[in-house]
Parts: sequence; C-alpha cells; structure tokens
Amino acid sequence: MAEKLKIATTSLGGCFGCHMSFLDIDERIIDLFDLVEFDRSPLTDIKHCSEYVDIGLIEGGVCNSENVHTLREFRKSCKVLIAVGACAINGGLPALRNFIPLEECLAESYLTGEGIDNPQIPSDIELPLLLDKVHPIHELVKVDYFLPGCPPSGNAFWRFITDLAAGKTPTLPYDLVHYD
Amino acid sequence: MTWSESKQEKVLAIVSKHEIRQTRLLQILREVQDEFHCVPKNALEIVAAELGLARTKVEGVVQFYSLLSLEQQGRFHILFSDSITDQFQGSRELMDYLSAKLGVKPGQTRSDGKVSLGFTSCTGLCDQGPAGLVNGHWLSRLNESRIDRIVDLVEREVPVSSWPLEFFHVEDNIQSPGLLLQSPIDQGEALKQLVREGFEEIFMEINRSGLRGRGGAGFETAWKWRFCAEGPEDYSGSSLVDKNERFVVCNADEGEPGTFKDRILLNSYAHQVFEGMTVCAGIVGAKQGFLYLRGEYLRLRPQLEAILANRRAKNFLGKSILGRNGFDFDIEIHMGAGAYVCGEESALIESLEGKRGVPRVRPPYPIDRGYLDQPTVVNNVETFAAVAAIAAYGGAWFATQGTDKSKGSKIISISGDCERPGIYEYDFGISIAEILMDCGAENTLAVQVGGPSGGIISGKEYHRKLAFEDLGTGGSFMIFNKKRDVLEIVRNFTHFFAHESCGFCTPCRVGTTLLKNEVDKICDGHATSLDLVGLSSLAKFIKTASHCGLGQSAANPVLGSLSHFPQAYKDRFKDVVFEPGFDLDESLETARRMSARDDPWAHLEQ
Ligand SMILES: Cc1cc2nc3c(=O)[nH]c(=O)nc-3n(C[C@H](O)[C@H](O)[C@H](O)COP(=O)(O)O)c2cc1C
Ligand code: SF4
Ligand code: SF4
Repeated sequence: MAEKLKIATTSLGGCFGCHMSFLDIDERIIDLFDLVEFDRSPLTDIKHCSEYVDIGLIEGGVCNSENVHTLREFRKSCKVLIAVGACAINGGLPALRNFIPLEECLAESYLTGEGIDNPQIPSDIELPLLLDKVHPIHELVKVDYFLPGCPPSGNAFWRFITDLAAGKTPTLPYDLVHYD
Repeated sequence: MTWSESKQEKVLAIVSKHEIRQTRLLQILREVQDEFHCVPKNALEIVAAELGLARTKVEGVVQFYSLLSLEQQGRFHILFSDSITDQFQGSRELMDYLSAKLGVKPGQTRSDGKVSLGFTSCTGLCDQGPAGLVNGHWLSRLNESRIDRIVDLVEREVPVSSWPLEFFHVEDNIQSPGLLLQSPIDQGEALKQLVREGFEEIFMEINRSGLRGRGGAGFETAWKWRFCAEGPEDYSGSSLVDKNERFVVCNADEGEPGTFKDRILLNSYAHQVFEGMTVCAGIVGAKQGFLYLRGEYLRLRPQLEAILANRRAKNFLGKSILGRNGFDFDIEIHMGAGAYVCGEESALIESLEGKRGVPRVRPPYPIDRGYLDQPTVVNNVETFAAVAAIAAYGGAWFATQGTDKSKGSKIISISGDCERPGIYEYDFGISIAEILMDCGAENTLAVQVGGPSGGIISGKEYHRKLAFEDLGTGGSFMIFNKKRDVLEIVRNFTHFFAHESCGFCTPCRVGTTLLKNEVDKICDGHATSLDLVGLSSLAKFIKTASHCGLGQSAANPVLGSLSHFPQAYKDRFKDVVFEPGFDLDESLETARRMSARDDPWAHLEQ
C-alpha cells in the first residue's frame, strides 16, 4: 500500500466549528485513517508540523502575531494549503472588529468596560499581539484551495479530502455548497 | 430634539415648490442640502412624509449621491477633483496645503462647522485644473496663492456669491473647431426647416446623415428615434403608439473623467442643443423633455434656464411650436448629484424619477420603457447639437465628412501632458498621431482614449484612427508623457471605479474593491508574479459578470495596461513567492504601544 498522506490542521482566529464539522464525517473517519495520517493538529496535540506535510487545513482568520507564525509554518511544510470556512476565507465573525479601531477594542475589554477589576492592558512576551485588522489567510500566504461554509459540512470535508487523496482536483457539487 | 418651526417651514416650502412630486425627490434633496449643508434627519422625515415615501427610501437616495450627505458639512464645502489629470497637476499637494492652512482633513468638517474638505471624481475642468468645487460652484486653476485667498475668504465667512469672479472663471478653450463648432445654426433655423419640410423629411435627413450617438456607444440616432416613435407593441403585436406618452432626454451627465466637451456645448451652443431636442420631440411625438445636468455643472444652470425662457418667449418651446398645431414641447432641467453611473441611460432615468441611480435590466430599453415606463429617447448633448445642424443644413452636409462607418465630426476634450489642452473637433478618421501633433504633445508615453472606461494605447498604435470602427470615444482624450507612471494611472482609474460602483451587483461592487486593493498592493511594492494570476482572472470576471457598462469596463485599465505595458508590472514585482499587501509589523503598532512592548516577539517580518 502507498504511503499515507499527512494532514495537518489548525484553528487560527476560528471557533473550532470547522474542526467539529470535520468530525461529522462520523464513522468514515475509520476509512479516512486508511488514507491519511494526522500530523500537527488539535486532534493529535502535535505542536509543530513535520518537515513535509501533504495537506494543511486552516480554520479561522489571522488575528494576531502567533497566527502569522502558525500560518507561515503551515505554508512552509504543506504541499497543499486549504482555507477552510468563512473565517479563513473572508475573516468571518472575528473580522467584524475591523470596523472598530483596535485602540477602542482593547480599551473596552481591558480598561473601561463594565466590571473590570484592576484595569490594564495585558503585557507579557508570552502573549501574542493583536494585528490592527483581522485578515483572511490568503492575504498573508498563497492559498491553494478554498473550502467554503460556516462551517463546511462533514460531507464537504470528506469529498475534498478523498478527491485530493485520489489525486484529483477537488470539486464540490452544488448540494455541498448550497446552504439554505 | 424638536426642530425649529422656521426650519420645518423651509423644508416644506422646498417640497411644495416642487409640487410634492416624487419624481422631484432628488431635486428637493439637493435644495435641502444647499440650505442645511447636509440632509438633516428631521428634514428627511418631513420630505418622506410629504411625498408619501418610506423614510428609508429617502435616506437611500441621500446615501447614493456623493453631493448629498447625512452628516453635517461645513458652511463652505470644498471638494478637489481627484481625476488623474488634476492629480498630475498637483491637486493632492494643493489639498495638503489647504488642509494644513484650514486645520481640517479631507473627509472631515472643522469643529466650528465653518468648513469641510473632500475629493470628488471629476469636475469637468481637466483642461483648466487643478480644479474643484466650493458649495457646488467650479473653482478653476487652483494654485497656492489662490488657495491663500480662499482660506482668507473662508475664515472671514465671505459668502461664495461675493468671492472674486476670476476664481470661477471657466473658458470654453476651443482650440480647433470643426464641422459643428464652426457653423453654429441660427436660433430657430432647424425648427423652421422642420416645420417647413415636415417631420418625415427631416427624419430622412437625419437618417441620411448616418449620425451615430456621441455619448460612447454609437447607436444610430435615426433608428433609436424610429424605434421610440413606433414601439412598443402590445402582446398581440399591435402598436401602442397612441396610448403612450413619449419623452426626450438629453444626457448631460458627462461624468467620464477627462470629458468636458458637453460643458462647452452647454455654455456656448445651448440653443442648438435645445433645438436638437425639440426636433427630436417633433419627430418622435414627445411633449416633455429633460436636460439631465450633472451636479458639478451647477454654474451653468441659470444661463440655461434663461435660454429656455427665451425660447419659450419665441415659441421655440411651448404650445403649437412655430404655429404648428399639436407640436407642443417643453424642457425641464434636472440636476444630478455626483454619481458617474447616472450617465448610463437607464440609471439616468431612475435618477430622473427621483430614485437611486441603479441601472435597470435591459431590455426593455428606454426606447420601449424609459421615463415612467414610457418610450424615451436618451441622447448625448453633442448628438442633439449635431441633429439641429443636420436639420438645418441637410444630411449630406454631415455625411460627406468622416469615414464610411463614422460620419461627420467628433468633438474631443484633450487634457494631460500637452502644450494646448482644450476642445478639438475633427472629422472622424483622424489619426492619434495627428491629434498629438496639433495639441503639442511630446514624449508621449500613452494616450487614454475614452476615459477610464475606454482604452490605453501606446506609441506603437498612434497610427490608429478615431472612429467607431477603430478607436471610439465619448470625448475623453488624456495624454501622458514619459515622466508618468502607468501604474499610477491604473491605480487612479481603478479607485475611480471602486468609488463609483453603484453597489447593485456583486461582481462589480466586490470586484472593483478587490481590484483596487490588488493594484494598490502592486503600486506599494508588495506584489509578486503570483498576484498577476489572480489579478487577470479577477479582471476578466468583473468584465463578463457585471450588470452594466460601468462594471463591464471597470477592469479595462488593468487589462489594457497589462497588455500594453507588461513591463511596468514586472518592474514592481518582488522576487519572492508571496508577500502580504500591507505592512505586517506596522499593523502590530497599536497593540505594541498599548501594551508597552518592544521585545523581539512583538515584531513581525514582512
Ligand atoms: C457608466 C456609464 C456612464 C455613461 N455616461 C454617459 C455620459 O456621461 N454621457 C452620455 O451621453 N452617455 C453616457 N453613457 C452612455 C449612455 O448610456 C447612452 O448610451 C447615451 O447617453 C446615448 O446617447 P447617444 O446615442 O447620443 O450616444 C454612459 C454609459 C455608461 C455605461
Ligand atoms: S467558519 Fe464558521 S465554523 Fe468555521 S471557524 Fe469560522 S465561525 Fe467557526
Ligand atoms: S456593474 Fe457596477 S455600477 Fe453597474 S449595476 Fe453593477 S454594481 Fe452598479
């Protein structure tokens, strides 16, 4: 049998809904394991990508400096990088803060908001700094495919990955991108 | 907050002056804006209630037109033209200068409410720029010393009506008149001919002249009129001629940056334009006409009204024109309010009806269902001027000039890098090289024929000819010399379309903004050759998927420059696979400052 494909996944500025939806492939996950092996991912708790990964799935947009580093690590390791879900593709819900100056966001959360005790802006080198705007991932790195949805359905994940595993260009039939 | 009674009365007076008609909504809002330097919420509610419209409808109209504003503007509202030729004449630097002197930024109103600044797409003064508008009135030939004086007038609150006249002085600047401009008709000459020879005979003359529309698309004028006069039919195929009212509309929106020939026709040949409209009305059987005048040409309005009054007095307008029974026609002036898309004929009609200027689905075309769903002819100013001359001098006079497929002459507006910008009229078929020679253009890098929505051509193509079958143009002819950067031009045009997109259809609304961001990325030096792949497919998509001519031509600057000046793009590309289009480290600055950090982890590499 051919070597298994390596898949890495991560959530940047996302809600993990995309990851949960991925798990909606249900028992097909057993078939999936015949095809692939998981590398860096919240599912495996592996912290960094191997040198060579076949498929990278990114959920969420780019909100802070850590997101930038993570995304760059994925891009460096992954042969094929996929933006998964509305947040990775457009910035999604977190990007709603783009209409409010970051200054005001931070002040409201840490200085002036109701019920704040000991107001201060957190400052620690372990904490990533926020970018002034939330960006879709294709504004930071080259992205090979976009898997739309909020979240994409389990079936859409299944279709995308099995297509790729079969060496085909992934395609989504209408019923997999039809949301209402 | 209650609104003072005197304010309420002012609004009510404006509404009743316009006979409480919904079609006058835009005209009403323009006057409200004039009165209050914005459209106040209370005024909005009064207008909506009086006209029987939803408040959101009225608000939607205010938001659509750039010369209307929900936010309070200054008592002096100064806009600078942001057209590329004004920019190249230093308009941006002058704005910085003005803004520093007044202590207010473009897009803002000073806290004392005295003055606000901004940019507008084009004022139609490209040959005497840098230009602008103060409270809707033209400001020509701006420079630092003029700005010093303007600042002084503003600070002393001298009303615009008392400003020195030279600030508003605008010349026709006719450098080289041709067929039309050399032989203006005598007042009434065309109408007398029409009444003497009969409508059918004059229609045949227009048909013989081969006249095609001068607004850009070049549709045959005689055919447009015939369709309007005959159509539409009902479902059984029988004619509805007698059941329909008909309308004649003169398109004086002239919004294409670099075009200003209609300005000259309306300033010095308005009689002839109105006469052309009246000829059209006689032939198609219309009783009512409109001149849709772009908001930026406000200054022309009083003299145009005077000419209309004069024509009424002479019975060139009104009932039984020149004694001919049943030949009744009058013309009303409607002002636009700063929306380029309103030059598109169906958007123009929406705007005439007092609505947002969103292009309609075509067909049905205006000749079948136009103003108030009635058959309507929409023609350009120059087309009507030509019609009057043809009615007076005959079709053959016109048809012997020009080329086989493009008869007669074309008036073009030349701006940009040449010694003698201004108005030139040529018989169709003239080569670009000859035009460049005439206006004293040297070291020419490129010519933009037809404005941002037209095409860019480079040196290899100066032998090409001005004609519908080769290079068509509505009248814009911008010249750029070798000191100019093609990508700066593309950037300006791309911003123009993103700003002017009416937002109705997604390919254009979203596409023009993506295009703008991508061109900015290239100009700012963040792009790589990979960006080009996305850029070209995006451009092609916008062109094919957009609803109206604006979106369909919005990618022309990118597509044209890619094919004519590919090196300009390559020179900007970075030799990496990909790079973000914004300064990554810079975008951490706010967070860095607020958390008082400057450690290595508080920075990012590009
Ligand atoms: C976005 C857009 C803007 C236009 N602007 C103008 C304009 O300012 N003046 C004009 O005469 N035609 C303009 N047109 C063309 C008109 O839709 C229409 O074709 C023209 O007024 C018809 O008159 P003509 O046959 O005399 O040329 C524009 C078209 C589009 C799509
Ligand atoms: S796309 Fe939807 S499900 Fe996925 S991370 Fe964003 S919000 Fe969550
Ligand atoms: S193409 Fe642009 S301007 Fe035309 S209807 Fe669509 S959004 Fe409006």
